[in-house]
Amino acid sequence: MGGRVNAGGWNSGESPYNVIVSKVTVDRVMADRRAASFATRSIKTTSKGEALRMVLSMIDLTTLEGQDTPEKVRSLCRKAMLPDGNDPSLPTAAAICVYPELVAVAKAELGDSGVQVASVATGFPSGQYPLAVRIEDTKRAVEAGADEIDMVISRGAFLAGERGKVFDEIASFKDACGRAHLKVILETGELETYDNVRAASDLAIAAGADFVKTSTGKVAPAATMGVTLILLESVRDHYWKTGKLIGVKPAGGIRSAKEAVRYLVMVHETVGEQWLTPKLFRFGASTLMNDVLKQLARQRTGQYMSSDDFTEA
Amino acid sequence: MSTRLNITKTHKLFIKGAFPRSESGRSIAVTDASGHVVAHVPQGSRKDLRDAVVAARGALDGWSARSAYNRGQILYRMAEMLEGKGGEFAEAIEAMAAVKPRTTKKKTTKKAGARAVPKPLSPDAEVDAAVDRLVAYAGWADKFSQVLGCHNMVNGPYYNFTVAEATGVTAVVAPDGPALLGLVSLIAPVICSGGTVVALASEREPITACIFGEVCATSDVPAGVVNILTGHREELVPQVAGHRDIDAIHAANLPKDQGQQLRDGGPDSIKRVRVREVADWTDVQECESPWWIEPFVEMKTIWHPAAS
Repeated sequence: MGGRVNAGGWNSGESPYNVIVSKVTVDRVMADRRAASFATRSIKTTSKGEALRMVLSMIDLTTLEGQDTPEKVRSLCRKAMLPDGNDPSLPTAAAICVYPELVAVAKAELGDSGVQVASVATGFPSGQYPLAVRIEDTKRAVEAGADEIDMVISRGAFLAGERGKVFDEIASFKDACGRAHLKVILETGELETYDNVRAASDLAIAAGADFVKTSTGKVAPAATMGVTLILLESVRDHYWKTGKLIGVKPAGGIRSAKEAVRYLVMVHETVGEQWLTPKLFRFGASTLMNDVLKQLARQRTGQYMSSDDFTEA
Repeated sequence: MSTRLNITKTHKLFIKGAFPRSESGRSIAVTDASGHVVAHVPQGSRKDLRDAVVAARGALDGWSARSAYNRGQILYRMAEMLEGKGGEFAEAIEAMAAVKPRTTKKKTTKKAGARAVPKPLSPDAEVDAAVDRLVAYAGWADKFSQVLGCHNMVNGPYYNFTVAEATGVTAVVAPDGPALLGLVSLIAPVICSGGTVVALASEREPITACIFGEVCATSDVPAGVVNILTGHREELVPQVAGHRDIDAIHAANLPKDQGQQLRDGGPDSIKRVRVREVADWTDVQECESPWWIEPFVEMKTIWHPAAS
């Protein structure tokens, strides 16, 4: 996301007021139909193999449970660095995504492998905490070594119409992030309408997001093709206006390789090839990885694999 | 006056409780002994097999966690539904044997232990035997464990039990004939212990297998516990042999090379393989025995402190 100069958050060049009150409307029926249409592309063996490797390289391998232990995080890190011991040629995952308490553990295990450490922060998953606590949460995660911060917006404030407040909060988290990249979780499953999703995404981008992310994974529905399409369009429009590249991360609910490849088709046909890189597109997932590995192993060996053939993710 | 057109049934696959066509869009014409086309059935593909295995794997935990008593009830329900569709099954069997006249339905009384007469089965006799087979395994469902398991004598204040648990996803490869009885006889012992099944129907006479899917669908058998594919064995047997998410194979009376393919695939993909040679499918001593259940269970031994 090179070339960013706005540590303080403002990057679109237009007045914050416009972004906060302007309302791009979305035709839900057509958006869903368009999203569904990406599932109809025929992808042949070689392209599928490439797509699967790309999906692998875009996964933010995630564990966000109360029962997470340091050893579970270490094992997840090892999985991220070497997804399948039978095929060392496969790319590593993009990042490990954990709670702030486990950032240091992940950082130590990953070393200079190139796999990033992402930490959820700012009162994940609800965001219903005092601003000072949420800023402190962010700062500590960064100090512990997080390369990326996945923050949650205050959906309560957003839905109450206090968009200016949400904007200011995101901008102050961006400040607190320092060199770390900021992913803004909109929690689309709680935003009720596609219009709101679009508005929240525009707002987050204007306030300094490096990435917009659909969900925490704690609310159903999590990522869908429909909402991800809205985020991609928001990012695309911002690029057309300013020339700046913002990333998109669908998270939660994407479990099969087939589905993930459909997302790549959507990225390619909505924002273009430029976005087909882990720098600009990620999947927040855990079970997805083994399904991708299964399909890759099937291509390599000609056999259908069993879940027992892969380590747990 | 217009004559009414017959509405004939479109035979389809049975996967995860639904009746899809083959994803490949292919079908096969089924011909009777004199070469006339009787019906068309889907020509299942490797991807249909993959989908069926995913369904069977998904259904395994729930099915094996049910009480043995409940599994027995459901197997008995299958017998009831099969009996109810007896006429349709008999007709489908008879249509394949165009030269043989249909015999009148007559209940045969079987003496316990008597060896069945080794003559070709009439359609009705085959349906009756298939119903009886399901009833037999319905009975075994909550009793086989008492036969296969045991209480081991150990030196110490412990109870030591060995209990049988389902191996997992089992592929059934049915014989060419008797198509219905063969299929039912291979499926029943597997689901009896809590295993789930992906079955390849008889290649020569697949129609009864398609109808048997309807029996499963209406018998409270949870979706995915029984999945049935029709198609060419030559195409599907190597896929079954190599599939690493299939835990066991139950087959009978296959051509030598296909039986061998299955046996070779077993060790390579870590599965149990039982390819039977069955001379008489009505032999209840042979075909309704706990030893037909035993190859598809794993024995688990448990130590438990003895009460004083």
